[in-house]
Amino acid sequence: MRWTSLLPVLAFVGATAFAVTARADAMPAFHLVLQNHKFEPATLKVPAGTKFKVLVTNHNPTPSEFESTDFNREKIVLPNTTITVFIGPLDKGSYKFYDDFDHATTGVLIVE
Amino acid sequence: MLGIALLVFREVLEAALIVTVVAAATRGVPHRRVFIGGGIALGVLGASVVALCMGFIEGSLGGIGQEVFEACVLLTAVVMIGWHVTWMSGHGKEMVKEMQRVTDSVKAGSSSVAVLLVVVALAVMREGSEIVLFLFGMAAGGAGKLGFIGGVPIGLACGVGLGFALYFGLLRIPIRYFFTATNWMLVVLASGLAASAAGYLLQANLLPAWGNQLWNTSWLLSDGSIVGQAVHILTGYVARPAGMQLVFWIVTFVALVTGMRLVSMRMAAKRCCAKPPSHSAVSTGATRTA
Repeated sequence: MRWTSLLPVLAFVGATAFAVTARADAMPAFHLVLQNHKFEPATLKVPAGTKFKVLVTNHNPTPSEFESTDFNREKIVLPNTTITVFIGPLDKGSYKFYDDFDHATTGVLIVE
Repeated sequence: MLGIALLVFREVLEAALIVTVVAAATRGVPHRRVFIGGGIALGVLGASVVALCMGFIEGSLGGIGQEVFEACVLLTAVVMIGWHVTWMSGHGKEMVKEMQRVTDSVKAGSSSVAVLLVVVALAVMREGSEIVLFLFGMAAGGAGKLGFIGGVPIGLACGVGLGFALYFGLLRIPIRYFFTATNWMLVVLASGLAASAAGYLLQANLLPAWGNQLWNTSWLLSDGSIVGQAVHILTGYVARPAGMQLVFWIVTFVALVTGMRLVSMRMAAKRCCAKPPSHSAVSTGATRTA
Protein backbone atom coordinates (compact mmCIF):
# COMPACT_ATOMS: atom_id res chain seq x y z
CA MET A 1 0.00 0.00 0.00
CA ARG A 2 1.40 3.35 -1.02
CA TRP A 3 1.40 6.05 1.60
CA THR A 4 -0.68 8.35 -0.60
CA SER A 5 -3.59 5.95 -0.26
CA LEU A 6 -3.58 6.80 3.45
CA LEU A 7 -4.14 10.50 2.75
CA PRO A 8 -7.94 10.36 2.67
CA VAL A 9 -7.87 8.45 5.96
CA LEU A 10 -5.55 11.01 7.53
CA ALA A 11 -7.70 13.83 6.21
CA PHE A 12 -10.80 12.20 7.66
CA VAL A 13 -9.17 11.63 11.07
CA GLY A 14 -7.85 15.19 11.07
CA ALA A 15 -11.21 16.67 10.13
CA THR A 16 -13.01 14.59 12.76
CA ALA A 17 -10.49 15.56 15.41
CA PHE A 18 -10.87 19.21 14.44
CA ALA A 19 -14.65 18.99 14.42
CA VAL A 20 -14.69 17.33 17.83
CA THR A 21 -12.09 19.58 19.43
CA ALA A 22 -13.68 22.68 17.96
CA ARG A 23 -16.71 21.92 20.06
CA ALA A 24 -14.49 21.57 23.12
CA ASP A 25 -14.24 25.34 23.53
CA ALA A 26 -17.98 25.71 23.89
CA MET A 27 -18.16 22.82 26.37
CA PRO A 28 -18.99 23.56 30.00
CA ALA A 29 -15.82 23.52 32.11
CA PHE A 30 -15.47 22.73 35.83
CA HIS A 31 -12.50 23.25 38.06
CA LEU A 32 -11.05 21.01 40.73
CA VAL A 33 -8.03 21.78 42.89
CA LEU A 34 -5.88 19.24 44.69
CA GLN A 35 -4.51 20.81 47.85
CA ASN A 36 -3.40 19.39 51.17
CA HIS A 37 -4.40 15.99 49.79
CA LYS A 38 -8.01 16.99 49.32
CA PHE A 39 -10.16 17.75 46.31
CA GLU A 40 -11.57 21.25 46.39
CA PRO A 41 -14.53 21.17 45.97
CA ALA A 42 -15.03 17.56 47.04
CA THR A 43 -18.51 17.59 45.48
CA LEU A 44 -18.85 18.84 41.95
CA LYS A 45 -22.24 19.37 40.30
CA VAL A 46 -22.35 18.84 36.55
CA PRO A 47 -25.20 18.69 34.00
CA ALA A 48 -26.55 15.34 32.77
CA GLY A 49 -26.65 14.33 29.12
CA THR A 50 -23.88 16.60 27.88
CA LYS A 51 -20.15 16.34 27.42
CA PHE A 52 -18.11 18.54 29.73
CA LYS A 53 -14.53 19.03 30.76
CA VAL A 54 -12.98 19.03 34.20
CA LEU A 55 -9.76 20.94 34.80
CA VAL A 56 -7.76 19.53 37.69
CA THR A 57 -5.00 21.67 39.20
CA ASN A 58 -2.50 20.07 41.54
CA HIS A 59 -1.20 22.38 44.27
CA ASN A 60 0.41 19.52 46.18
CA PRO A 61 4.20 19.19 45.88
CA THR A 62 3.75 15.58 44.70
CA PRO A 63 2.26 13.96 41.56
CA SER A 64 -1.30 12.65 41.69
CA GLU A 65 -3.49 10.63 39.39
CA PHE A 66 -7.03 11.83 38.87
CA GLU A 67 -8.99 8.60 38.44
CA SER A 68 -12.49 7.20 38.43
CA THR A 69 -13.73 3.71 37.71
CA ASP A 70 -17.28 5.10 37.84
CA PHE A 71 -16.79 7.22 34.73
CA ASN A 72 -13.62 5.48 33.46
CA ARG A 73 -11.03 8.20 33.45
CA GLU A 74 -7.42 8.33 34.61
CA LYS A 75 -4.80 11.00 34.13
CA ILE A 76 -1.61 11.95 35.93
CA VAL A 77 -1.45 15.47 37.40
CA LEU A 78 2.09 16.66 38.07
CA PRO A 79 2.69 19.23 40.84
CA ASN A 80 1.68 22.79 39.91
CA THR A 81 0.07 21.81 36.64
CA THR A 82 -3.48 21.66 35.36
CA ILE A 83 -4.88 18.83 33.29
CA THR A 84 -8.04 18.70 31.22
CA VAL A 85 -10.23 15.61 31.20
CA PHE A 86 -13.25 15.25 28.91
CA ILE A 87 -16.14 13.41 30.52
CA GLY A 88 -19.64 12.32 29.61
CA PRO A 89 -22.34 12.66 28.57
CA LEU A 90 -23.33 10.93 31.82
CA ASP A 91 -26.69 9.81 33.18
CA LYS A 92 -28.00 11.37 36.38
CA GLY A 93 -26.43 10.01 39.53
CA SER A 94 -23.33 10.27 41.65
CA TYR A 95 -19.92 9.19 40.45
CA LYS A 96 -16.90 8.79 42.71
CA PHE A 97 -13.42 9.90 41.76
CA TYR A 98 -10.13 9.70 43.65
CA ASP A 99 -6.40 10.26 43.59
CA ASP A 100 -4.97 6.90 42.54
CA PHE A 101 -1.71 7.76 44.30
CA ASP A 102 -3.56 8.47 47.54
CA HIS A 103 -6.88 6.67 47.88
CA ALA A 104 -7.83 8.71 50.94
CA THR A 105 -8.29 11.70 48.62
CA THR A 106 -11.74 11.32 47.12
CA GLY A 107 -14.55 13.37 45.63
CA VAL A 108 -17.96 12.95 44.05
CA LEU A 109 -19.40 14.11 40.76
CA ILE A 110 -23.12 14.82 41.12
CA VAL A 111 -24.73 14.60 37.70
CA GLU A 112 -28.16 16.25 37.61
CA MET B 1 3.82 1.10 53.95
CA LEU B 2 0.59 -0.65 53.08
CA GLY B 3 -0.34 2.14 50.66
CA ILE B 4 2.98 1.81 48.85
CA ALA B 5 2.74 -1.99 48.76
CA LEU B 6 -0.80 -1.85 47.40
CA LEU B 7 -0.08 0.60 44.60
CA VAL B 8 3.12 -1.18 43.57
CA PHE B 9 1.24 -4.48 43.67
CA ARG B 10 -1.59 -3.27 41.44
CA GLU B 11 0.69 -1.77 38.80
CA VAL B 12 3.10 -4.73 38.87
CA LEU B 13 0.18 -7.14 38.57
CA GLU B 14 -1.04 -5.49 35.38
CA ALA B 15 2.37 -5.75 33.73
CA ALA B 16 3.01 -9.22 35.19
CA LEU B 17 -0.18 -10.65 33.69
CA ILE B 18 0.79 -9.46 30.22
CA VAL B 19 4.35 -10.77 30.63
CA THR B 20 2.91 -14.09 31.81
CA VAL B 21 0.71 -14.58 28.76
CA VAL B 22 3.65 -13.68 26.50
CA ALA B 23 5.94 -16.06 28.42
CA ALA B 24 3.42 -18.87 28.00
CA ALA B 25 2.92 -18.09 24.31
CA THR B 26 6.66 -18.35 23.67
CA ARG B 27 7.04 -21.64 25.53
CA GLY B 28 9.86 -23.73 24.14
CA VAL B 29 11.32 -20.97 21.97
CA PRO B 30 15.11 -20.82 22.31
CA HIS B 31 16.55 -17.82 24.15
CA ARG B 32 13.10 -16.62 25.13
CA ARG B 33 14.34 -15.87 28.66
CA VAL B 34 16.77 -13.41 27.13
CA PHE B 35 13.97 -11.86 25.10
CA ILE B 36 11.54 -11.60 28.02
CA GLY B 37 14.26 -10.43 30.43
CA GLY B 38 15.42 -7.91 27.84
CA GLY B 39 11.85 -6.70 27.39
CA ILE B 40 11.44 -6.21 31.13
CA ALA B 41 14.79 -4.38 31.38
CA LEU B 42 13.91 -2.11 28.45
CA GLY B 43 10.51 -1.51 30.02
CA VAL B 44 12.02 -0.44 33.35
CA LEU B 45 14.36 1.92 31.52
CA GLY B 46 11.46 3.23 29.44
CA ALA B 47 9.34 3.69 32.57
CA SER B 48 11.97 5.97 34.12
CA VAL B 49 12.29 7.99 30.91
CA VAL B 50 8.50 8.33 30.57
CA ALA B 51 8.18 9.40 34.22
CA LEU B 52 10.89 12.03 33.75
CA CYS B 53 9.34 13.29 30.52
CA MET B 54 5.73 13.23 31.80
CA GLY B 55 5.61 17.02 31.96
CA PHE B 56 6.72 17.29 28.36
CA ILE B 57 4.37 14.50 27.19
CA GLU B 58 1.42 16.13 28.95
CA GLY B 59 2.25 19.63 27.70
CA SER B 60 2.53 18.58 24.08
CA LEU B 61 -0.49 18.40 21.77
CA GLY B 62 -2.35 21.08 23.68
CA GLY B 63 -2.88 19.12 26.88
CA ILE B 64 -3.91 15.76 25.48
CA GLY B 65 -0.36 14.42 25.13
CA GLN B 66 -0.80 11.88 27.91
CA GLU B 67 -3.86 10.31 26.32
CA VAL B 68 -2.39 10.24 22.81
CA PHE B 69 0.84 8.73 24.16
CA GLU B 70 -1.00 6.01 26.10
CA ALA B 71 -3.22 5.23 23.11
CA CYS B 72 -0.19 4.95 20.81
CA VAL B 73 1.61 2.64 23.24
CA LEU B 74 -1.47 0.43 23.57
CA LEU B 75 -2.18 0.30 19.84
CA THR B 76 1.47 -0.54 19.10
CA ALA B 77 1.15 -3.49 21.48
CA VAL B 78 -2.05 -4.52 19.70
CA VAL B 79 -0.29 -4.50 16.31
CA MET B 80 2.65 -6.50 17.70
CA ILE B 81 0.37 -9.10 19.26
CA GLY B 82 -1.64 -9.22 16.04
CA TRP B 83 1.54 -9.92 14.11
CA HIS B 84 2.48 -12.70 16.48
CA VAL B 85 -0.87 -14.50 16.55
CA THR B 86 -1.28 -14.47 12.77
CA TRP B 87 2.29 -15.72 12.40
CA MET B 88 1.64 -18.42 15.02
CA SER B 89 -1.47 -19.65 13.26
CA GLY B 90 0.82 -20.58 10.38
CA HIS B 91 3.56 -22.13 12.51
CA GLY B 92 1.88 -23.33 15.70
CA LYS B 93 1.47 -26.88 14.45
CA GLU B 94 5.17 -27.19 13.67
CA MET B 95 5.97 -25.90 17.14
CA VAL B 96 3.72 -28.47 18.81
CA LYS B 97 5.26 -31.26 16.72
CA GLU B 98 8.77 -30.19 17.63
CA MET B 99 7.84 -29.98 21.30
CA GLN B 100 6.30 -33.43 21.24
CA ARG B 101 9.60 -34.78 19.95
CA VAL B 102 11.07 -34.62 23.48
CA THR B 103 13.59 -31.93 22.50
CA ASP B 104 12.95 -28.92 24.63
CA SER B 105 13.84 -26.27 22.12
CA VAL B 106 11.73 -25.18 19.21
CA LYS B 107 13.56 -23.82 16.21
CA ALA B 108 10.45 -22.62 14.48
CA GLY B 109 9.40 -19.92 16.89
CA SER B 110 12.14 -17.37 17.38
CA SER B 111 11.38 -14.91 14.58
CA SER B 112 8.20 -13.69 16.19
CA VAL B 113 9.62 -13.49 19.71
CA ALA B 114 11.33 -10.17 19.07
CA VAL B 115 7.86 -8.78 18.42
CA LEU B 116 6.68 -9.99 21.82
CA LEU B 117 9.77 -8.44 23.44
CA VAL B 118 8.29 -5.09 22.42
CA VAL B 119 4.94 -6.02 23.98
CA VAL B 120 6.64 -6.93 27.27
CA ALA B 121 8.69 -3.72 27.21
CA LEU B 122 5.63 -1.55 26.53
CA ALA B 123 3.58 -3.21 29.29
CA VAL B 124 6.35 -2.75 31.85
CA MET B 125 6.96 0.82 30.68
CA ARG B 126 3.30 1.81 30.97
CA GLU B 127 2.71 0.48 34.47
CA GLY B 128 6.26 1.15 35.63
CA SER B 129 6.12 4.86 34.86
CA GLU B 130 3.20 5.21 37.26
CA ILE B 131 5.16 3.42 39.98
CA VAL B 132 8.14 5.71 39.41
CA LEU B 133 6.00 8.87 39.60
CA PHE B 134 4.21 7.56 42.67
CA LEU B 135 7.45 6.70 44.45
CA PHE B 136 8.96 10.08 43.55
CA GLY B 137 5.95 11.67 45.16
CA MET B 138 6.15 9.49 48.25
CA ALA B 139 9.85 10.31 48.63
CA ALA B 140 9.22 14.04 48.17
CA GLY B 141 6.26 13.87 50.54
CA GLY B 142 8.55 12.48 53.23
CA ALA B 143 7.42 8.87 53.39
CA GLY B 144 9.61 6.92 55.82
CA LYS B 145 12.36 4.58 54.72
CA LEU B 146 10.44 1.71 56.21
CA GLY B 147 7.63 2.33 53.75
CA PHE B 148 9.97 1.91 50.80
CA ILE B 149 12.05 -0.93 52.17
CA GLY B 150 8.90 -2.79 53.18
CA GLY B 151 6.29 -1.65 50.69
CA VAL B 152 8.07 -1.86 47.37
CA PRO B 153 9.39 -5.44 47.71
CA ILE B 154 6.09 -6.69 49.14
CA GLY B 155 4.10 -5.17 46.29
CA LEU B 156 6.59 -6.38 43.72
CA ALA B 157 6.71 -9.91 45.15
CA CYS B 158 2.93 -10.26 45.31
CA GLY B 159 2.44 -8.98 41.77
CA VAL B 160 5.17 -11.15 40.28
CA GLY B 161 3.99 -14.10 42.40
CA LEU B 162 0.49 -13.93 40.93
CA GLY B 163 2.02 -13.76 37.47
CA PHE B 164 3.98 -16.94 38.15
CA ALA B 165 0.88 -18.62 39.56
CA LEU B 166 -0.98 -17.91 36.33
CA TYR B 167 2.01 -19.13 34.32
CA PHE B 168 2.20 -22.48 36.07
CA GLY B 169 -1.56 -22.77 35.80
CA LEU B 170 -1.30 -22.30 32.05
CA LEU B 171 1.45 -24.93 31.80
CA ARG B 172 -1.12 -27.52 32.89
CA ILE B 173 -2.93 -27.15 29.58
CA PRO B 174 -2.14 -30.23 27.44
CA ILE B 175 0.51 -29.42 24.84
CA ARG B 176 -1.86 -30.26 21.95
CA TYR B 177 -4.11 -27.36 22.89
CA PHE B 178 -1.45 -25.21 24.50
CA PHE B 179 -0.63 -22.75 21.69
CA THR B 180 -4.27 -22.61 20.62
CA ALA B 181 -5.10 -21.54 24.17
CA THR B 182 -2.29 -18.99 24.48
CA ASN B 183 -3.11 -17.61 21.04
CA TRP B 184 -6.73 -17.06 22.03
CA MET B 185 -5.57 -15.44 25.24
CA LEU B 186 -3.39 -13.08 23.22
CA VAL B 187 -6.28 -12.24 20.87
CA VAL B 188 -8.57 -11.38 23.79
CA LEU B 189 -5.74 -9.47 25.52
CA ALA B 190 -5.07 -7.42 22.36
CA SER B 191 -8.78 -6.67 21.94
CA GLY B 192 -8.85 -5.41 25.52
CA LEU B 193 -5.80 -3.21 24.98
CA ALA B 194 -7.48 -1.72 21.90
CA ALA B 195 -10.58 -0.97 23.99
CA SER B 196 -8.36 0.75 26.59
CA ALA B 197 -6.77 2.82 23.81
CA ALA B 198 -10.26 3.88 22.74
CA GLY B 199 -10.91 4.94 26.34
CA TYR B 200 -7.92 7.30 26.25
CA LEU B 201 -9.01 8.76 22.91
CA LEU B 202 -12.46 9.41 24.40
CA GLN B 203 -10.86 11.08 27.41
CA ALA B 204 -8.95 13.35 25.01
CA ASN B 205 -12.17 14.15 23.12
CA LEU B 206 -10.67 12.80 19.89
CA LEU B 207 -13.46 10.27 19.37
CA PRO B 208 -17.20 10.30 20.01
CA ALA B 209 -18.28 7.95 22.84
CA TRP B 210 -21.23 6.36 20.98
CA GLY B 211 -22.94 5.75 24.27
CA ASN B 212 -20.97 6.53 27.37
CA GLN B 213 -22.20 3.66 29.51
CA LEU B 214 -23.65 0.81 27.49
CA TRP B 215 -24.29 -1.19 30.63
CA ASN B 216 -23.20 -1.33 34.25
CA THR B 217 -21.97 -4.61 35.69
CA SER B 218 -20.12 -3.09 38.65
CA TRP B 219 -22.49 -5.02 40.95
CA LEU B 220 -21.07 -8.22 39.47
CA LEU B 221 -17.39 -7.31 39.13
CA SER B 222 -16.07 -3.89 40.09
CA ASP B 223 -13.18 -2.34 38.15
CA GLY B 224 -11.76 -1.16 41.44
CA SER B 225 -11.29 -4.65 42.88
CA ILE B 226 -8.11 -6.65 42.36
CA VAL B 227 -9.99 -9.41 40.52
CA GLY B 228 -11.73 -6.81 38.36
CA GLN B 229 -8.39 -5.29 37.52
CA ALA B 230 -6.85 -8.64 36.58
CA VAL B 231 -9.83 -9.46 34.38
CA HIS B 232 -9.58 -5.95 32.91
CA ILE B 233 -5.96 -6.51 31.83
CA LEU B 234 -6.57 -10.00 30.45
CA THR B 235 -9.80 -9.23 28.59
CA GLY B 236 -10.37 -5.46 28.56
CA TYR B 237 -13.33 -5.78 30.92
CA VAL B 238 -14.77 -2.52 32.22
CA ALA B 239 -17.95 -2.44 34.27
CA ARG B 240 -19.36 0.55 32.35
CA PRO B 241 -17.97 0.50 28.81
CA ALA B 242 -18.46 3.22 26.23
CA GLY B 243 -19.85 2.23 22.82
CA MET B 244 -16.58 3.18 21.12
CA GLN B 245 -14.63 0.87 23.43
CA LEU B 246 -16.88 -2.03 22.45
CA VAL B 247 -16.39 -1.14 18.78
CA PHE B 248 -12.60 -1.18 19.19
CA TRP B 249 -12.78 -4.50 21.04
CA ILE B 250 -14.93 -6.20 18.40
CA VAL B 251 -13.04 -4.77 15.41
CA THR B 252 -9.69 -5.92 16.83
CA PHE B 253 -11.06 -9.35 17.70
CA VAL B 254 -12.61 -9.90 14.27
CA ALA B 255 -9.52 -8.56 12.48
CA LEU B 256 -7.15 -10.86 14.36
CA VAL B 257 -9.35 -13.95 14.01
CA THR B 258 -9.77 -13.28 10.29
CA GLY B 259 -6.03 -12.79 9.89
CA MET B 260 -5.33 -16.04 11.74
CA ARG B 261 -7.83 -17.96 9.61
CA LEU B 262 -6.42 -16.60 6.35
CA VAL B 263 -2.83 -17.42 7.28
CA SER B 264 -3.60 -20.93 8.50
CA MET B 265 -5.66 -21.61 5.36
CA ARG B 266 -2.78 -20.43 3.18
CA MET B 267 -0.30 -22.55 5.14
CA ALA B 268 -2.58 -25.59 4.83
CA ALA B 269 -2.86 -25.03 1.08
CA LYS B 270 0.91 -24.73 0.82
CA ARG B 271 1.40 -27.96 2.76
CA CYS B 272 -1.07 -30.02 0.74
CA CYS B 273 0.26 -28.83 -2.62
CA ALA B 274 3.93 -28.82 -1.75
CA LYS B 275 4.16 -32.31 -0.27
CA PRO B 276 3.14 -34.71 -3.09
CA PRO B 277 5.87 -33.67 -5.57
CA SER B 278 8.61 -33.87 -2.95
CA HIS B 279 7.24 -37.22 -1.83
CA SER B 280 7.26 -38.65 -5.37
CA ALA B 281 10.74 -37.24 -5.91
CA VAL B 282 11.96 -39.17 -2.89
CA SER B 283 10.24 -42.38 -4.00
CA THR B 284 11.59 -42.18 -7.54
CA GLY B 285 15.00 -41.49 -6.09
CA ALA B 286 14.59 -44.59 -3.93
CA THR B 287 13.58 -46.80 -6.84
CA ARG B 288 16.48 -45.54 -8.89
CA THR B 289 19.00 -46.46 -6.22
CA ALA B 290 17.28 -49.77 -5.78
